[in-house]
Amino acid sequence: MSALTPARPGPASSSSPAGRSRTTTSASDGRPPRGGLTPLQRAFGRHPIGVLLALPYAVFLVAVFAYPVVLAAWMSVHDWFFSAPGVEVSHPFVGFENYRQVLTDPQVHQAFLNIGVFLVINVPLTVALALVLAVALNRAARGRTFFRVAFYVPYVTASVALVGVWLFLLGGDGVVNSLLGPLAPDPSWLVNSSLAMPSIAGFVAWKQLGFFVLLYLAALQNVSRDLYEAASMDGAGRVRQFFTVTVPGVRTTTALVVILAVITGANLFTEPYLLTGGGGPDGASTSPVLLMYQLGIEQGNPDTASALGIVLVVVVGLLVLLNRRLLRSES
Amino acid sequence: MQTSARWGAVAAAVLLTATTAACGGGQGPGNPQGRGPITIWLSNNEQEVAWGEEQVKAWNAAHPDQQVTAQQIPAGKSSEEVIGAAIAAGTTPCLIYNTSPAAVPQFVKQGGLVPLDTMPGGADYITQRTGAAAEQYRSPDGHFYQLPWKSNPVMVIYNKKIFAAAGLDPENPQLSTYADVLAASEKIVSSGAAPSAIWPSPASQFFQSWFDLYPLYAAASGGQQLVVDGKAQVDSAPALDAAGFWRQMYAKGLSPQEAYTGDAFADGKAAMAMVGPWAVAVYGKDVDWGVVPVPTPNGEPAQEVHTFSDAKNVSLPVACQNQATAWDFLQSTTSTDADRALLTETGQMPMRADVAQTYADWFASADGAPYAPFAAQAARTVEVPSVKNSVEIWQDVRNAWTGSVIFGKEPVASAMRDANGEVQHLLEVP
Repeated sequence: MSALTPARPGPASSSSPAGRSRTTTSASDGRPPRGGLTPLQRAFGRHPIGVLLALPYAVFLVAVFAYPVVLAAWMSVHDWFFSAPGVEVSHPFVGFENYRQVLTDPQVHQAFLNIGVFLVINVPLTVALALVLAVALNRAARGRTFFRVAFYVPYVTASVALVGVWLFLLGGDGVVNSLLGPLAPDPSWLVNSSLAMPSIAGFVAWKQLGFFVLLYLAALQNVSRDLYEAASMDGAGRVRQFFTVTVPGVRTTTALVVILAVITGANLFTEPYLLTGGGGPDGASTSPVLLMYQLGIEQGNPDTASALGIVLVVVVGLLVLLNRRLLRSES
Repeated sequence: MQTSARWGAVAAAVLLTATTAACGGGQGPGNPQGRGPITIWLSNNEQEVAWGEEQVKAWNAAHPDQQVTAQQIPAGKSSEEVIGAAIAAGTTPCLIYNTSPAAVPQFVKQGGLVPLDTMPGGADYITQRTGAAAEQYRSPDGHFYQLPWKSNPVMVIYNKKIFAAAGLDPENPQLSTYADVLAASEKIVSSGAAPSAIWPSPASQFFQSWFDLYPLYAAASGGQQLVVDGKAQVDSAPALDAAGFWRQMYAKGLSPQEAYTGDAFADGKAAMAMVGPWAVAVYGKDVDWGVVPVPTPNGEPAQEVHTFSDAKNVSLPVACQNQATAWDFLQSTTSTDADRALLTETGQMPMRADVAQTYADWFASADGAPYAPFAAQAARTVEVPSVKNSVEIWQDVRNAWTGSVIFGKEPVASAMRDANGEVQHLLEVP
């Protein structure tokens, strides 16, 4: 344990509040109350009212998150489908059969590969653009509010509404190809199996940028001006200051942006469904969530869809863990 | 475990139990003899809603103790998903006038539909009204879980103005064989009369094959379903012929690989389209059009060509508490008179044994004449096979199609053979 870690209450720490309370006595039997807490406090913590205040959220969490996750895990190891109330249906235990089906399905492999492509493009693009724009906005003397709103508008607009604009831009006879002329890709962006996923990654990066710019703007307020002044006195230019002061100064926010971008990538559904006509061309933009939708809702196999969902949660969890480890080792 | 953690566990267990109980609610199986008020679901189609409300009004006036309430099917990504969810929740109405035959096996597996042949006179009513075509709607267990209600037989509609501009005969175009269509398509595109010849959706959803592969397969096979006697036909000669034709259309740039965001036919971006009779109302005023049956490899006579039915049927969910009223109302709304109203108000073909003869007077009228070719075609329609894993089967077919036929990333024959193997496995899996 680090020397800076606060001392935990207990016998070894006589200076702690708990240590002091060991000298008090119980009103009932003359013995000191365990840990200096009343039975009510032992059950609900030092501030029982806090439990009461947190209860609505706890109920929400259990009903909306914990219960579906537990049910999904249960479904993933059973032969399960949705049935009408009152209909006798057996759901036999099938072990890891649903997982075997999912893990040996070439479509699933393709979907995870697609998400890998998405993340490799989207995450660095999102971090770089959001940070650069936030720094520029932070230094801008005029028009900051306008640009903040301009960046934020795509984020608060439904993907369904924005997809039409991007179809207009990236279509075969769209604006982008008109500008590119003979350099336009053939087949065009959204029906090109090499370019469909990068196009989606670009769309999502653009759409989310406003949110991440705001996060970075908040983080930049906490970077000490003294550091910039010291760096300036040492002869560091704008670019050097950016890499030696700004980037380390917003490291925690970068970790958050990366985690959120990874989670967004893992949840990708609307964009491939609408931009590329349900996962085409030839499955090049199918995402795991899109496959979950096909399996669970369209095809009536929620058991294999659940298995895929659990696999996805594990993969995302590992990616987030890896991200944290990398950042910790760097620091 | 600490005390507070124990309290937390107890609270979580209580909540889980409560939530489970809540989610497991909904109505149980209803009463086959029950009479009383019922609710029905109609599609969101404006004309169908008007037709349904008229039927309900007439029924309610005659049956004050068995009032019917009509609602449009709740909004959702597709009506199949809404119905599947309602069955699981026990919140279905008593009749659903928008049931896709492809989804019926799934609803049956859920235990959600009443076999209509168990209702009084049910089997006779269905087979007499629909004729021999009714057999396509019988489930593998021998029951009818759907009443074949209306069809939209798929045909090829063409723009006469574009055909004329391309130097093709707009009144009597040669479009009966694959070679004919390819030749006409090349003329249309090379002349600049239209940027594409025909523009079916290249999207990956399972149902898209019903509007490119399946009509041509039905025609080339002389009216076979995709599954014959338990055997998948995805790599059969007719299916490969149809796939080969479409591959040429895509490879030659006559059909675009990209989805069109509007209506390519209405916008003049495509000279032809695969449509049902709904197209008459949609294009009737804006486009000077003609219609022909879908092509076949050898150009069979028009009166022998089959096509996909694109039917929507009526189902009776088990949760209905007044099933006797629902059955009576269903018969009332599929009577000869009710079907005439459906035909004249929506242009969709009631699935009766001989629509063209039954309503010959209307098809001879100015209003009905544009629908006459579709009525003639309605006698030769092919439905999706009523087999388990139906939607999954169609998704497998579509996946093979997009990879090979649309994008040419692998040979058509091997892709269709692989898909056939997957479909056969889905048919045989217990």
